[in-house]
Amino acid sequence: MTIEQLSIFVENYSGRLADVADVIGGAGINMHAMSIADTADFGILRAIVSDSRQAKEALSSAGYVVTVTPVVAAAIQDTPGGLAKVLRILADADISIEYIYAFITRRKGDAYVVFRVADNERAAAVFAENGIRTISARDIDEL
Amino acid sequence: MNYYQPEMECASRENMRALQSERLVKTVKHVYENVAYYRKLMDEKGVEPGDIKSIDDLNKLPFLTKSDLRDAYPYGLLALPLADAVRIQSTSGTTGRRVVAFYTQHDIDIWDECCARAIVAAGGSKNDVVHVSYGYGLFTGGPGLNGGSHKVGSLTLPMSSGNTERQLQFMMDLDATILCCTPSYAAFLAENIIQQGLQDKISLKAGIFGAEAWSEEMRHDIENKLNIKAYDIYGLTEISGPGVSFECTEQTGMHVNEDHFIPEIIDPDTGDVLPDGTQGELVFTCISKEAFPLLRYRTRDLCVLTRDECSCGRTLVKMSRITGRTDDMLIIRGVNVFPSQIEAVLMNAGYPANYQIIVDRVNYTDTFEVQVEMTPEMFSDTVKEVEAMEGELLASMRAMLGISPKVTLVAPRSITRSEGKAVRVIDKRKI
Repeated sequence: MTIEQLSIFVENYSGRLADVADVIGGAGINMHAMSIADTADFGILRAIVSDSRQAKEALSSAGYVVTVTPVVAAAIQDTPGGLAKVLRILADADISIEYIYAFITRRKGDAYVVFRVADNERAAAVFAENGIRTISARDIDEL
Repeated sequence: MNYYQPEMECASRENMRALQSERLVKTVKHVYENVAYYRKLMDEKGVEPGDIKSIDDLNKLPFLTKSDLRDAYPYGLLALPLADAVRIQSTSGTTGRRVVAFYTQHDIDIWDECCARAIVAAGGSKNDVVHVSYGYGLFTGGPGLNGGSHKVGSLTLPMSSGNTERQLQFMMDLDATILCCTPSYAAFLAENIIQQGLQDKISLKAGIFGAEAWSEEMRHDIENKLNIKAYDIYGLTEISGPGVSFECTEQTGMHVNEDHFIPEIIDPDTGDVLPDGTQGELVFTCISKEAFPLLRYRTRDLCVLTRDECSCGRTLVKMSRITGRTDDMLIIRGVNVFPSQIEAVLMNAGYPANYQIIVDRVNYTDTFEVQVEMTPEMFSDTVKEVEAMEGELLASMRAMLGISPKVTLVAPRSITRSEGKAVRVIDKRKI
């Protein structure tokens, strides 16, 4: 099971991120989680939002380069060692991680972790085998 | 006053014209008989070799341009069987196709002699140590000055470009007296010498700097920092290479080796020949070469020719610094770059040609950036993939241009467009 993530090309100069956030906010879309990968010249903003299709449309028409990327998100226990356990499972299955970011939910005790791996299906299957719940679009809607 | 070939460099106007006429007549005949491409141009213009009786008839001949070189690539302008050629040199074309020039041993000897004249004019002799930091290879800079230095009998250090520490080490240990490179590289080496406090260990007395535009201010700066005399040199691969013209001690323009290359200044719009002292496009006719004797080749360089008496005693016509171009060619770190080449790389890689070239000069060294507008097709959510695409573009540009730009991906539609037309080149250099 995968969820949709927005990936946005952001040039590396001050105020640019604020512009992006303005477009998303202006379209009435809520950001649940985000992370930024940065290089000297540009950054890639990745975000889980309330409506990725609509956000993509708003950003594209504002002139941004944006794609929707399927990612696997897992619900893990918000306790010490919770993340380590999940990472170990992926390592043992020889699944390498491109990038990862986490967010805490309103539901007490749970944290969601977004994984970008080469093979989403396999990662989801490995999680299932190990009793780790992957989250769905509906889980996101309920946030 | 020293000359390498005084009989040519100081010839009377009368003798020079007689020699030019004799060589021109012979070369036109040679080209007409052996170069079908040019014969056709002459036929179209209704000119026969017999119509060219002296240099007064030069303006009857048709022009050649860079696009002729492209159309005739690679052998179309070769005037001898390939078996008689011994070398090629090459420079950028306007798109993917490079310009290839051919040389017989005789042609290389002429070229070397022209460079030898420049070295002697800069005070060089067999007792000098000539440090050549121009690039070697297809680029004419290294081979040209190297050959000239051999003719003079100087000890030649074929350093080529790059590796600053090694450059300075050889310069000091072997007591180099004459430095040959681009002016920006000379300025760069000078900076390094001062930073490292090596001024007292350098024995340089003169420099021969060419292949890119520089100013009087830059000349004075280099001269002061290195405690040398700095001389300009001009040339182009199509005609031979560096040494088509060179500066003497007067430092007020470059003497054209007009016993080999007849210069003309024309109106770039009408093609009419302009009188001495008027700025226009520089045109060369080769009158002594065998393999690749281009006739009335339009350089696209703008300058002025003058025939005032020179204190050095040379009677060769002088050309001013190049003040501009009639096309969009850029010279970056001594390398010719056409915006159309960048466009070709982007199109080949499947990208829309939304780009901007930004050139600047920082600490006397050219900086070269190509901004490319990001497209949804190029974009990925991982830095690795975006950087891989950036890297591929950089590699293709390096392969096409021979120098590496900095490739920067920018947001779509962020490249300035004035009146709907994109501004392709921003040249911030103040030369």
